[in-house]
Amino acid sequence: MTRVVLPAPLRTLAGVTGEVQLEVAAPVTVSSVLDALEERYPQLCGTIRDRSSGRRRPFLRFFAGEEDLSHEPTDVPLPESVARGLEPLIVLGAIAGG
Amino acid sequence: MSGVRVLVGTQKGAFVLRSDGTRRDWQIDGPFFPGWEIYHVKGSPADPSRLYASQTSGWFGQVIQRSDDGGASWSPVGGEFAYANKPGTHQWYDGTPHPWEFARVWHLEPSLTDPDTVYAGVEDAALFKTSDGGGTWNELPGLREEKTGSSWQPGAGGMCLHSIVLDPSDPLRLYVAISAAGVFRSDDGGDTWRPANRGLRSEHIPDQDAEVGHCVHHLAMHPARPDVLFMQKHWDVMRSDDGADTWQEVSGNLPTDFGFAIDVHAHEPSTAYVVPIKSDSQHFPIDGQLRVYRSRTGGDEWEPLGSGLPERDCYVNVLRDAMSVDSLEPCGVYFGTTGGQVYASPDEGDSWAPIARDLPRVMSVEVQTLP
Repeated sequence: MTRVVLPAPLRTLAGVTGEVQLEVAAPVTVSSVLDALEERYPQLCGTIRDRSSGRRRPFLRFFAGEEDLSHEPTDVPLPESVARGLEPLIVLGAIAGG
Repeated sequence: MSGVRVLVGTQKGAFVLRSDGTRRDWQIDGPFFPGWEIYHVKGSPADPSRLYASQTSGWFGQVIQRSDDGGASWSPVGGEFAYANKPGTHQWYDGTPHPWEFARVWHLEPSLTDPDTVYAGVEDAALFKTSDGGGTWNELPGLREEKTGSSWQPGAGGMCLHSIVLDPSDPLRLYVAISAAGVFRSDDGGDTWRPANRGLRSEHIPDQDAEVGHCVHHLAMHPARPDVLFMQKHWDVMRSDDGADTWQEVSGNLPTDFGFAIDVHAHEPSTAYVVPIKSDSQHFPIDGQLRVYRSRTGGDEWEPLGSGLPERDCYVNVLRDAMSVDSLEPCGVYFGTTGGQVYASPDEGDSWAPIARDLPRVMSVEVQTLP
């Protein structure tokens, strides 16, 4: 199972309280994880990536394996540790500063 | 006993305020959707239990929420707003062409007769419609594709379609207002549109009485006199007596004719309310005194209403969708401020009291009068 950590507003919108666990067929990529996430929680469509272009919403980041994958192609396989659920794919809302 | 439900959209969530017909004691429920910007919440005139909310966020985009039980519970429905056809461009602030890009839903206007039909005014300016209770939204592209569309420019708050007025006497007639393009009218249910700004003058555009380019802030209509429309423009309070064919200024003796909100008394079609704001660079009341102004003559002659409102040191704003009325007797008037207060008057504006004091910045106030 692949694990996904969502920002609090999206956990509320999806009606979940903790991490989300998803069955994702190999190869496990950011895109395939988001496909599975949106299939289970259609209310999240458009909240993480643009509905038509598929592009990441600009104020969100994708972290996994202590790496920022936000600018990487989304069809590249995620680290094995993420694919196997040893560590999560983190969807993070960029923090407003000031 | 009849009751009132006040639907409040704020910068950090929605609130539902309830009272009985006396309008003395209020229960506040919420926040719903905490942390999200709630641009607008409105109930269906055909089914008061059916509510719609525009929930938006710079981080997470647009969600439309629906309640079927008067706001006790909510469910996300469709949030996809895709422009029809090839959207093309409008003008950017610097006059260069800028692609039409969806940002958020500013205003939701439920049909007068069908709880499943709702119009949505969005930024960048366009009009959408759902006929399935918010599940799917389709653009009415005739507005954006009107011959002046490519020349529209955003106001300081973005190029938003913020006002939608439905004519109760003619289901094919709709009015919308866009900042900073102006008013547009359709007589065929939204298929085709024409600018309806004759009589407006705006100093911030080179041709002051141009066909489009006016920063209209809000529109209001009394259902018993649908040809009469009231407008709060960037500067100027205006009235049309002919379905927006022509407009005349009715600012009269207002201390400033800048403002955002405007509404009409529920039982007196010639009684209008505005909240004068000092200027376009100073979005707060004059001299720190929060005042609603009422005209019983369709404008021109205005009286200040301040009983119960702050007398000093008040520097809040009242945004365009943050005023509403109930239809009890006497008519109740309500407005919310950027300081998080919601004020109510159970006596047509003669006296006021806060019914919520410390909410987040209030972006919209809508009132439902319940049987």
